[in-house]
Amino acid sequence: MAAEKTSGSPTPDHATLAEKFNKDEPRVDWHDETLWFIRKKRDKAAWQIPEWEQLRELASQIKNNVLSNLHSYLLEFEKNARDNGVHIHWASNAEEHNKIVYEIIHSAGIKHVVKSKSMLTEECQLNEYLHSKGIDVIDTDLGERIVQLAGEPPSHIVLPCIHWKKEEIGDLFSLHLGTPEGNNDPQFLTTAARLHLRQHFMTSRLAITGVNFAVAETGEVVVCTNEGNADLGVQLADVHIACMGIEKIIPKRKHLGIFLRLLARSATGQPITTYSSHFRRPREGQVMHIVLVDNGRSDRLASADFRNALKCIRCGACMNTCPVYRRSGGHSYHYAIAGPIGAILAPGLDMKKHADLPFASTLCGSCSHVCPVKIDIHDQLYKWRQVLTQNDHAGPMKKASMQGMAKVLSTPSLYASAGSVFRWLLDNLPFIINNRLNPWYRQREMPEPPAKSFNKWYSENRKKNE
Amino acid sequence: MNSREKILERIQKNQPPSSALPELKNEPSESSQSIQKFVRSLGNIGGTSIDAMSWNEIDSHLRERFPQSTRRVSLIPQLRSSHENGDLEKDPRMLENVTVSILAGHFAVAENGAVWITEENMGDRVLPFICEHLVLVVHASKVCESMQDAYELLGSSNHSFGTFIAGPSKTADIEQSLVLGAHGPKTLTVFLLHA
Amino acid sequence: MRVAIFIPCYVDQFYPQVGIATLELLEKYGVTVSYPENQTCCGQPMANAGFEHLAEPCNDLFIKNFSGYDYIVSPSGSCVLHIKDHLHSTSHESDSIKIRQNIFELTEFLTDILKVENVPSKFYHKVGLHQSCHGQRGLRLSQMTELIAPGFSKPEHLLRMVEGLELIQLDRKDECCGFGGTFSVSEEAVAVKMGKDRVADHIQYGAEYITASDMSCLMHLEGILKRQRSSTKVIHIAEILNQGK
Repeated sequence: MAAEKTSGSPTPDHATLAEKFNKDEPRVDWHDETLWFIRKKRDKAAWQIPEWEQLRELASQIKNNVLSNLHSYLLEFEKNARDNGVHIHWASNAEEHNKIVYEIIHSAGIKHVVKSKSMLTEECQLNEYLHSKGIDVIDTDLGERIVQLAGEPPSHIVLPCIHWKKEEIGDLFSLHLGTPEGNNDPQFLTTAARLHLRQHFMTSRLAITGVNFAVAETGEVVVCTNEGNADLGVQLADVHIACMGIEKIIPKRKHLGIFLRLLARSATGQPITTYSSHFRRPREGQVMHIVLVDNGRSDRLASADFRNALKCIRCGACMNTCPVYRRSGGHSYHYAIAGPIGAILAPGLDMKKHADLPFASTLCGSCSHVCPVKIDIHDQLYKWRQVLTQNDHAGPMKKASMQGMAKVLSTPSLYASAGSVFRWLLDNLPFIINNRLNPWYRQREMPEPPAKSFNKWYSENRKKNE
Repeated sequence: MNSREKILERIQKNQPPSSALPELKNEPSESSQSIQKFVRSLGNIGGTSIDAMSWNEIDSHLRERFPQSTRRVSLIPQLRSSHENGDLEKDPRMLENVTVSILAGHFAVAENGAVWITEENMGDRVLPFICEHLVLVVHASKVCESMQDAYELLGSSNHSFGTFIAGPSKTADIEQSLVLGAHGPKTLTVFLLHA
Repeated sequence: MRVAIFIPCYVDQFYPQVGIATLELLEKYGVTVSYPENQTCCGQPMANAGFEHLAEPCNDLFIKNFSGYDYIVSPSGSCVLHIKDHLHSTSHESDSIKIRQNIFELTEFLTDILKVENVPSKFYHKVGLHQSCHGQRGLRLSQMTELIAPGFSKPEHLLRMVEGLELIQLDRKDECCGFGGTFSVSEEAVAVKMGKDRVADHIQYGAEYITASDMSCLMHLEGILKRQRSSTKVIHIAEILNQGK
């Protein structure tokens, strides 16, 4: 399945990483405010479209249709793309994807490639693989280049370095690009990056891109960017490799009219990205490849509970609205894709490694209602919790204590005495509960124990009146 | 069985019962305000829109803005300047020194300030992206309301490459500060030709 | 109509005054209220922790207690939502269906079923309304800011009928407080940060009281307020609506 990081030590869980993130409260406030601002921009953009909720419904239905006819749409896409002179490859998993991409690069005798944003390649950990084979991969999206220079994964699928402050970027550029120390003006830094990356565009002969939408009807793929880095890379290259998950298919070209109205508004609050490029046939003299990747998707398709996650168009709106993501940061999710959508995708690929993610949520439901394709994210989070405990990857609650709780809650007499015992303890021996072992008590007071429960009050005050 | 066969077999086995495609009813939207809406949308995304009544008007604007010392490439016959020499180089890298590209768009979209342009109007596919400044000319009668209308206009166009261009290249990756001119053109000017 | 009240477990144990206020309020509107004494809990703490499969005995007890009523009313949006979404029984499914169809959170019962036109209560204070997530997004007690749709709020509608009550604005009308059940302890750092941010939003606009239709949210916020030694208090909406004779 997914390429595993061979670091040896187990990954700390979300709660541990989030606690670390929260040690710097002003920084958490800054991260939270920044992303909330983007959520508000999305709201503002959506309010400009009176038919917004209808668009979501249409997009959702189109994607439902795609999932139920994925077999025929993929065949249709493959045929049309081949007729357009495009080479089609199929990869069962991340390793196969990486090998296919490497083979194409290697057989072209190329050592230096440029890559525009592709979460699929992040999922497959392509960069690491290519690097191990001696291929130099330059991420050309500015945010991705920043995290690449810093040796980190992106923390957000649309805004890769949202967790970086401009002063830190200034220092990074000073170190790697030779910009003057202390200069953190965004305009200046962007210009420096433009010049630096232009060099890479000019000297690279192979460009890797992602795919936002693949149109079955025509065999074309659509790539959306604000920077123009995908286009610049591809148009200066001899070889174009477009990597996509098999679920990125849409049936007809006209469906782009719905998706392109929803995508950028949901992601950043822009009406559309600067460039929405439709690649149908390679330019003269160029070779174009599309790699179709499964990596667990065809398995997920079987699950009535979890298949809706395959509708995702990778807009990131769920991350921007999630109060937990905003206050824990993308790296707390230890997976290529963070936030609510990451939490329902990751356990499907590695249940053991990512068992903590569906519990990193209050199930508030905000995500599901900003999702442009109406994925029932919060419902899937709840369902994953059931699956994980049944597979002995229980979250924070231990099976034994839960079995105890189940007994108490289904036995009125036990419940009444358990409750009164707890209240008595709080009242008479508060230190038993109010201590550092009680995580509630670290930053909050415990509730005051009342003299009697409602049940007791009722039987003393009302029952005799009946 | 190779990967392709295995994947397809798994998909066929696992895909859910068929769910119908929704009807896309597109009532062509009210278009009398489309031009004004386009102008506003383009302005909001950092582009400039200029109304022109003739090719000469456009030509004067361009001469004034882009002096003869800069490399200007126009793919529009009515706007070829005398100092442009011959055909475009075959190697797209040679177009790195183009200061301004002047290209014809097929139509514009009011809701988001985008212009649709395909390969046959580009000269070289790299031209709209590699230049420092991009100029697009669109007929004022060819402004539609929304992306749904746009795809009706596009229809079954047989382009090998086409793109919607909405404003100059940009990024907000550095602490959400918007900067125009990331990798592509730093400015975008759209002339709406009323002729 | 035969109406039974369901008092959430933590309300029964820690905030009985909310149960009392709920009972008295319904009686003020002429409702004869029953209280099935052997009730315990809706089972949500177990289910949300992933142990739904252990909940059947708890569910059966709930069904046993609450069958045969026209309406079941509870001062808790999240408990009501949990019952509506997850109450099932292998042996009493038709009873569970009836319960799911007829269980209401208190404020929606007042606005949609009793259709109250006045609230004989006085509360001369500045109050911040916290929109508890499950009630809002699950039961649609009020419109969520995520949707491009007309606004409405059943709790707000009732609060605006309380004499002297001044409802404050908020920067983030419907952001989650961070309680989330076991989340409040298993992800303590984030839960508390979320709660602190909610509290700060209310305090900046001068809230003397924070109210909600869920005591669980308020318990969490109260814990933070008390640790901050704030003069702002929490109060369940039932208690506000029940002020006055």
